Order: sequence, then structure tokens, then C-alpha cells
Amino acid sequence: MELPIPGLGETASGAAPVSDSSDKIIAESGFFAIALKTPSFVIGLIFSVFFIFIALLSLYWTPYDVSVLEIGNRLKCPPFQAWIGGVDFPSAQNSWFEGWRCVANPLYGLGTDHFGRDVVSMIMVGSRTSIAVAIVAVGIGIILGVPLGLAAAARQGSFFDEFIMRTNDLVFAFPALLIAILITAVYGPSAINAIIAIGIFNIPVFARLSRGAALSLWTREFVLAARVAGKGRSRISVEHILPNILNLLIVQGTIQFSLGILAEAGLSYLGLGVQPPIPSWGRMLAEAQTLIFVAPHLAILPGLAIVLSVLGLNLLGDGLRDILDPKLRRNRS
Amino acid sequence: MLIFTLKRLVSLLFSLVAASVVVFFVIEIIPGDPAALMMGISASPEAVEELRQQLGLNLPIWQRYFTWVMGLLQWDFGISYTYKTPVSDLINDRIWVSLPLTIYALTLSTLIAFPVGIIAAANRNSKTDVGIMGATQLGIAVPNFWFAMILVLIFAVSLRWFSAGGFPGWEIGFFAGMKSLTLPAIALALPQASILARVMRSSLLDTLSEDYIRTARAKGLSKRQTLWRHALRNALIPVLTIIGLQFSFLLAGAIIIENVFFLPGLGRLVFQGITQRDLIVVKSVVMLLVFAVIVVTFIVDIAYGIADPRLRGNSVRGSAGE
Amino acid sequence: MKNLLTIKDLSLNIGETKILQDIDLEVNGGEILGVIGESGSGKSMSALAIMQLAPGGAKINGSIKFKGEELLKFSEKQMCELRGSEIGMIFQEPMSALNPVKTIGEQVAETVLIHSNVSKREAQQIAREVLERVELPSDEFPLNRFPHQLSGGQRQRVVIAMAIAHKPALLIADEPTTALDVTTQAQILKLLEKLVEEDGMGLILITHDLAVVAEVAKNVVIMQNGIVVEAGETLEVFSDLKHPYSKQLFAASNHVPKRVNRAKPDKEKPVLRASNILRQYPGRGGSFFKKSKPFTAVDKVSFYIAKGENVGLVGESGCGKSTLSRALLALDIMQGGIVHLDGETISAGKGANKGASRAARRKMQVVFQDPYGSFNPRHRVEKLVAEPFYLLDDPPRGIERRQRVEKALIEVGLNAADADKYIHEFSGGQRQRVAIARALIIEPALIILDEAVSALDVSIRAQILDLLAQLSDKRGISYLFISHDLSVVRAITDRVLVMRDGVIVEEGESQSVFANPQHPYTKQLLGAVPDIEKALAARRMQQA
Repeated sequence: MELPIPGLGETASGAAPVSDSSDKIIAESGFFAIALKTPSFVIGLIFSVFFIFIALLSLYWTPYDVSVLEIGNRLKCPPFQAWIGGVDFPSAQNSWFEGWRCVANPLYGLGTDHFGRDVVSMIMVGSRTSIAVAIVAVGIGIILGVPLGLAAAARQGSFFDEFIMRTNDLVFAFPALLIAILITAVYGPSAINAIIAIGIFNIPVFARLSRGAALSLWTREFVLAARVAGKGRSRISVEHILPNILNLLIVQGTIQFSLGILAEAGLSYLGLGVQPPIPSWGRMLAEAQTLIFVAPHLAILPGLAIVLSVLGLNLLGDGLRDILDPKLRRNRS
Repeated sequence: MLIFTLKRLVSLLFSLVAASVVVFFVIEIIPGDPAALMMGISASPEAVEELRQQLGLNLPIWQRYFTWVMGLLQWDFGISYTYKTPVSDLINDRIWVSLPLTIYALTLSTLIAFPVGIIAAANRNSKTDVGIMGATQLGIAVPNFWFAMILVLIFAVSLRWFSAGGFPGWEIGFFAGMKSLTLPAIALALPQASILARVMRSSLLDTLSEDYIRTARAKGLSKRQTLWRHALRNALIPVLTIIGLQFSFLLAGAIIIENVFFLPGLGRLVFQGITQRDLIVVKSVVMLLVFAVIVVTFIVDIAYGIADPRLRGNSVRGSAGE
Repeated sequence: MKNLLTIKDLSLNIGETKILQDIDLEVNGGEILGVIGESGSGKSMSALAIMQLAPGGAKINGSIKFKGEELLKFSEKQMCELRGSEIGMIFQEPMSALNPVKTIGEQVAETVLIHSNVSKREAQQIAREVLERVELPSDEFPLNRFPHQLSGGQRQRVVIAMAIAHKPALLIADEPTTALDVTTQAQILKLLEKLVEEDGMGLILITHDLAVVAEVAKNVVIMQNGIVVEAGETLEVFSDLKHPYSKQLFAASNHVPKRVNRAKPDKEKPVLRASNILRQYPGRGGSFFKKSKPFTAVDKVSFYIAKGENVGLVGESGCGKSTLSRALLALDIMQGGIVHLDGETISAGKGANKGASRAARRKMQVVFQDPYGSFNPRHRVEKLVAEPFYLLDDPPRGIERRQRVEKALIEVGLNAADADKYIHEFSGGQRQRVAIARALIIEPALIILDEAVSALDVSIRAQILDLLAQLSDKRGISYLFISHDLSVVRAITDRVLVMRDGVIVEEGESQSVFANPQHPYTKQLLGAVPDIEKALAARRMQQA
């Protein structure tokens, strides 16, 4: 399981959050004019929109009903695979293709699972779980983490700041999976507990990011000017700091979203996440593992769905960062 | 350097105490009655009471905490509820799977990431660079347990070069043991190597745009020489932090990977502990893993101080007025 | 050596942009060539072109002949052999020019090691000698010092040592003293002159400061927008400037704003009276057991500013002038002292922001140094300029607010329509005007100008000084003008305070202090400031 890693160079935490030149460029040529010239953004956007579209579509329509089990139609492989497996190679015995021989049902584009459910429909419904868990977890992180980080930065060096930072360090000592394990050990596995585990881990990520960015803003002269104008710490945080770290938060939010999908998949794979009968990509993979000799397609397809959605979101985040902060583009294409 | 180390040591101790309080609190206080939780709803009140006695749950909270911590210090974690053996024995057995696996993966990740990151940075914006960045982007997106399954599908099921899982034990030979850890280590290392290579690249590029690189070029060093002599060591400083962090993610990742490959390690132990509601095992292993993470963070901090003279804190200010 | 370096028709393009056009210049051994220009003039790019270290994508045409050989035909390998051994270079920013993880000995010895066949030990020996030459003696500066243990001036000496370690025939110095204090600047310039004389080395000294060139350079080149507008022997060029740009530059660097209809500052009615201001920081270092002594940045400073008076506060970096300004603005706490500001009081002890009441804050505003960092990039100019209205009990709203903002913008020489723009649409000089409009809008009694013109090019600086003088004359506003640049302070202030190590060492009418300094430090400071008229006069004397 790929877990959220703070300050990985994948985040822009060290950089000055206000980029004068990017404002200038974006203001002059328009956001989309630049965005369309950024390949990672375009590809990422296409993938991400497709993935969210699939999830929304599944609320109203799927090719088959995933709650209906059809044991007679179980473990059908995709027609494509049957075609490859059906090719008669001279030394097919013990070869690569041995495991690919299978029976397909042309009505099921990606085959069926061990209960005879349509894999396409399963993946579509599973995407809902991924998105829901990841969005709520990122939301927890932003709603709790950002105010904490801003408040800590506004009182840099105070006891409160020190307390927030030490607590952050402490949470980082528990990788998200360990938090999840602790929670499930006590409350039992469930989707809510998975969300809480991933969400708890997101809090220090956002707290640390916003504190770091805010600290560098607090030394800027426009903040000093606001203080000379008699504005208090909280007003300055809302009026001057927050708008200037918004770019960073959007970029980091996209990255944490993708990490949330990975984390949810990992937890569900271990059986610590979403419980049956709700489909989830992680659990589909867990169930496929014992069938890996008979039905390899079940082990491959949900994984590909994870890879593509995570890849899309990461590219989107990278692209956004490149557009919003050209200073970083220099090094982090 | 001494003061620097001492300060770090104090914060290490603080973190350990705080972590132990958190683990203790979550496992022993939040559930209300851990004994009832462990035995399930069908257990008789007498049996639960017996377990409570056995676990010392009738004692005051602080006394339970200190007994537990004193036990930890002597490598005594109590008796497993399901295995009926000392948890320390269970851990002693399994740590020799988990620890080599983590180190193996970390080594692989570093060995792959360093050259790849350096090559990408040295040939910035070339086709090689774009290719490497694309590949690492993909590497980050791949969940390691799925990658593990794909590896099994290719190298165990189809090619039959490796076994699909299990661990024969070190008794049958070092290489046989390593061989059975190879696929799990690769599965763990790949995503981490992708991240590390990207960090290596961007850190190196940041360093290469520093003023002192220009100074070095003005001295007559070639591009290659500046990269090796001046940029690399400075670029490694942030990379070091990431390697330290990765240790903790590899430990956590090992919990999943050990389950994919049916390796008898700590991850599998804690996982079984959850399914069997053996809180004593869960509590002990979680604490041990957190302990490892905190200690590695400490080591990284110290290494940081060695790598960067500015952090050693023995700076002698230049004479004023100059 | 004659014709050590000859550049002919040098042009440099990056993409479509022409950075340099038909540059000609010539340096002889044992001579200093001063290259003068404002930002964007291409002076630094010419230096990088000689070293062939210009950024990737730069297209260079023309001829650069060094010791008779055409450098533009050299391969990268040949250039590597040349750099550091035949041509040395030093840069503006000494704080970041050294590798932080290597000792100064290693870094100086490296120059020797790459260019000659000596053992590590011999290289160290040479490094030691070179460091002695740049006046870093071995007992205080052993080879195993790290850069962070040295001050800015000391680091610049190490950079010079690296550049001259292999006795190059030509040294290129790109703004070598711009980041340094005046007294350090004087020392470094003297050192460079000494090295040129002793080694017979040619030196290209790139700077924005005409006075520096007038003092040390034999020949001078003035550049504007990538073109050489004036060149020749220093005295000849300065005595008879031909090109309008160089005339303007010369006028701007000596510019003194005209004061008109000015009411005489009334000393009986001080706008600000500060008494015994004390600011200490907890001591750094020390050990676990012994607390170190606190560092006193501002040591019981007292002074006043009369109504309509322009007071200068000068001193070198670390003297406490910025700390003092932050304390006055109640951005920072004071440990002792009291400030009376036009009937209001700012007292010590309480936390920052609480020390000053809104009523007190209403009486003063500030203009900062950095025109790029002084504004929230997400707000429009109207909102930016109107920010101090927050201090009023009944702030103007809607149309009234808009009118007040427009009035302020017009007053500082901008347009009413500028209120709708974002700050990135303005140049550096225009941004400083917006900053002044923001300071003016609530009509404070005192404006603190904290290095307000230091980041600007000389010609822009002259315009802003004119604006400030005009506003003070018209409105009777008092200024506290904080700067490290003595010539600017001299041009605009009535009275000056000289600060050193947290204490005001001298105070008096600007004219008399500059003409006849009393305190030894003031004398030293003024002696270090390069003065263009004095330098030219000295040259004339020499020739006669």
C-alpha cells in the first residue's frame, strides 16, 4: 500500500506559496490557455473526469446488477483473453499461455467473478467506494488540519505551536495502516473506521503544509503592512494567508486524494475496510488472490482500475502545480 | 554536535513515552473492557472475570500502564491470549522475517532510485528524463500488494522461478531464505523507489541551480564534476529524510505484503492478532513497530547533523564589523 | 599586458530576445575596467558570455579574444581549463556563493587541484597562502572553517581567494560589494586594487554604482539595454558625458530633491518622542547548564521627530535600525521604554500588536523595502490601498472609499483607473508608489520609510525621492527614513541619527553631520562611502 508521505518533494511545502510570476502569466494568457499546453494536466484531467463519471454513472446504471449472483455464469474470462488463450502455439504446454486458456462469455466484456457477477459493473460500483472514502478522508484532513496549521503559524514558537507540531510528529510515527489496525482492533472493521484512519493521517499532512507555507507568508511585508493597519492574527490568517496558500492546498488535496484511494484499497484488501456486500477494488483483489491460478483476470483488472485512477489524479496534481507555480515547473516536470 | 545529539535524544524519549501512552490508551481504555472484547459476546461472565484477573485489569490505570512499560523495557510483552505463549517468543521468531525483508526492500529501493534520479537530473528535459519521470509516475500509482500479485502471476505461476509464497526459514540456507524474500522485497521497493528517484531528481536539480554551483563552474569544474563534487552531497540531505520516512512506510507495507506472500512475519502476526481479537499481541507489535519508526527518525536526524555542518550548532560567528 | 581581453561586436540572443547587441570592450593587464549599468542592462550577461557560462539556449555572435585567442571557438573542455586558471570570477551574493558542506580550505584548494599537478597537501599549502593574501589569517581562519561560520565580507574574501588561487590573468567581479556594508565594501575594493597591482591582473568590475567606478577604475563602459552607450578613460568620460542616458544616470545618482514652500519643522511640537527603547533577544548558544547573556539589539535609544521633519536613521546591517523600526511600529515587543506619538502612547512590555492602540496606529504608516513582497497578490489595488482604513472607527465605504483611493493614487502619480488592477501589473517603481499611497490614505502624522528606495535602480530612486519630498512639503508629514545608503539619507533628510550596535552614536543636522562628523564611527562610515566628486577631483589632481 502506498501511503501518504508528507513533504516528499511531491508536495510543494518548502516553496514560497505566493508566486508573483505565475499570477502574471495566468492573468495574461488565461488559466486554460496554459493548462492546455501542460500535458500532465490534460492527461490527468481526462483520466480523473472519466473515473468520476464512471462512479456517478454507476449510481443510475451498470451493465448488470452486482447484487444478483449467478453461480452458473461464474469465472468467465474476458473474450479478449479467451482469444489469446485460444491461439494454438506449438509449445503451449507449460508455457506463459497455459494460465490464459479459459472460457469466455461474449456478453461480459471483462468476464465474471466467482459469484458470476459482471466485472465491469463491479469495477464501476467499486469506484464509488474509493471516491467516497478518499474524499471524506481528504475533507477531514483539510477541515481540521488547515485551521490547526494556520493557528500554529500565527503563534509561531508559542506553546500551542509546539504542541501542534509535536502531536503531528507523533501521528507520523504511526503509519496510516497502523492507525487503521489499532482502530479496527478495537471497533472492528468498517468503512467508517477506514475513513477515520486515513483521515487522521491527513490532518498532520495538511497542518504541516499550511503551517510551513503560512510561516513564510508571515514574514512577508504585505502581512507586516496588514499588522500596521491594526489587523489581528485571525483576520490576517483568513484575509491574507489563506488565499495565498489555496494553490498549495488544491495541489496537495489532489495528491492526498490519490493516496487515499491507495490506502482504502490496501485496507479493504486486508479486510479492514469496506465490508461485503459493498464492492471495493481492494476486496475484489483479495478475493481474486486465491483464484489467481484459475482466473488471473480477476487479479489484474481491479488493480488496473486503481493504477489508472491514481495515476490520473497524480498527473492532475502535478499539472496543477506546474501551472500555478512555474518556479517549480523548472525542476519538477 | 553533542548538544545537538542530546536534544534529539530528549525528543526521542518524549516521542516514545507519548507513543506508548497513545497505544495503551487506545487498546486498554477506549474499548471499556478489553477482556470482554477479546472473548466475544458468547463468553460467560466468569470466564471474562478470569481473564480480567489474568490481565490485571482490576488494577488502577496508571499501575497497569507502568507494569506494561516496565515489561516492554525487559522485552516482556505478556502472554498471548490465543497462542498461550509469551508474545516475546512470537516476536523473536517473526522479527527475523520482517526485519530482513524491510532492509532488503530499502536497499533495493535506494539502489534503484539513486542512479535513476541522478541520470534524470543530469539529462534534464531529455527523452531519458521524460521517460524516467513517466515510469516513476506509474510506479507511484501501483499499489504494492497488487504489484505483488502480478509478480506472483508472472514469476511464480507462469515462469515458476520463485515460489508463490511462504518462507522456508533461515535454517535451510541464507540464499534460499533471501530467494523467498525476493519477490516480496521487489513488490515493496518499487513504489518507494519511484518516489525516492523523483525526490533525488528534484533535490539535485534544486541544488544545481544554487549559486555555489555557478562558483564551482567558474573555478573550471566541468558540469559532471560539479554534479559529483558539489551538488550530490548537498542534494542528499533532503533525500536522507525521505529514506528515513520510507522505513516506516516499508514496515507498514510489509504488513500487507507478508499477507500476500504468506510470510510468517510481524505483519502477519498483528493481522492474525486482529482477526482473533488478541489485543495483547496487537498492542505489543504495534508498539514495537512505532518504536522502530521513532528510532529510525532519530538516526536520520543524527545523520542529518553529520551531513550538514550548519546543523551541528558549534558555529563560531565571524568577527563582527567585518 | 596589452589587450588581455578584446571583445568586438558581441551579440547575445535568448530566443527572440536580444540581450546584448554589438558590445565592444577591452581590458589590459594590471588595469581595472568598470562596467556600469542598471538592472537589465546586460552587464552581468556580458560577464557570463566571456566565461561561456551563459544560460542554455543563449546564442552568441561576434568575437571574444583572450590573449589573442578566440574564446568563442573554444570547446567546453578548453573553457574548463581556462576558467579558474586564466580567468577567475566572483559574484554578488557571498552568502550563497560557497558550498555549505565543504570547508573553506577544501574549496580554495580545489581551484589549485583541478588546474595543476600538485598533491593535496601542496594544494592546501597554497590555499593557506592565498587566504593570507586576502587577509584571512590562519590563527583566526583555519582551513577547516565552514562557510556558515564566516560573515558576509569574510565569505566574499574566500570567494576572491578561490578566484585568484591559480593567479589568473583576468578577474571578473560581478557586483562584488553590492550585498556588503559600506565599510566592508571599501575593504574589499581596496583588496581588489591591491591584487590587481601585485599580480598585474586585469579586472572587470561590474557595478551599478558610478562612484565605485570613479574611485577605482581606469576605464569605464556604460551600458543600457544591452548596448554600450559610453566608453573610455574614466575621468574623460565622467567629465564630458555625451549620451543622454549616461547624463541622466549621473544626475540621478547625485539627485537631491527640490524642496518648495516648506514650513520649517517645528521643534517645539514633536510628532514622535521615543524614550529609552530597549529590545533584547534571548541569547543563543550557551550550554545546557549556563544560560547565555541576552543579546541587546536596541539599547535604551531615545530620540524625537518634529512635525514635518524628515529624519534619517543610518547604520550598517546588524546595528539595530530595523529592530528599532519594528518596535516603533509595535510589530515587535519592547522590553523597556515608551513612545509618545502625536498624543498617543505606545508602551513596552505588552505583546506585539497590543502595545499600540488603534488610535496610536492611526498616526503612523510604513513603506517597506521590497516592492514585490509588499502587497497581497490576490487583492486589487483598491483593496490594498484601502487596507489602513481598518484603523478608522468609521471607515469610508463604497463610492467614498473608491474616491479616497483614487485621490491617493493620483497624488502619488498613478491613475485613478489603476485601482482596478492587480499588483503584478505594475513595475517596481510603480509598486513603491502604490505603497506610498497606502501609507498616505489615512493621513498619518509619521511615515516610516524602511529602506524604501534601496531596491530601486538609481533613476527610479530619484523619482521616488522627489515624490516623497513633495508630499512632505505639501502635507507637513514627518518621515523616519531608515537606510544603509548615506547618499540617499543626505539627499532627503533634515536631521540624521547614526546608529551602531544598538546605540545612537551621533545625531545632528544632516548637512553638518555629513560635512563635519564628530564620532569616529561616523567618520569611518563617511570615509568608506565612495564619493564621485571627490574621486574625480583626486584624479584631476593626479593628472595635473
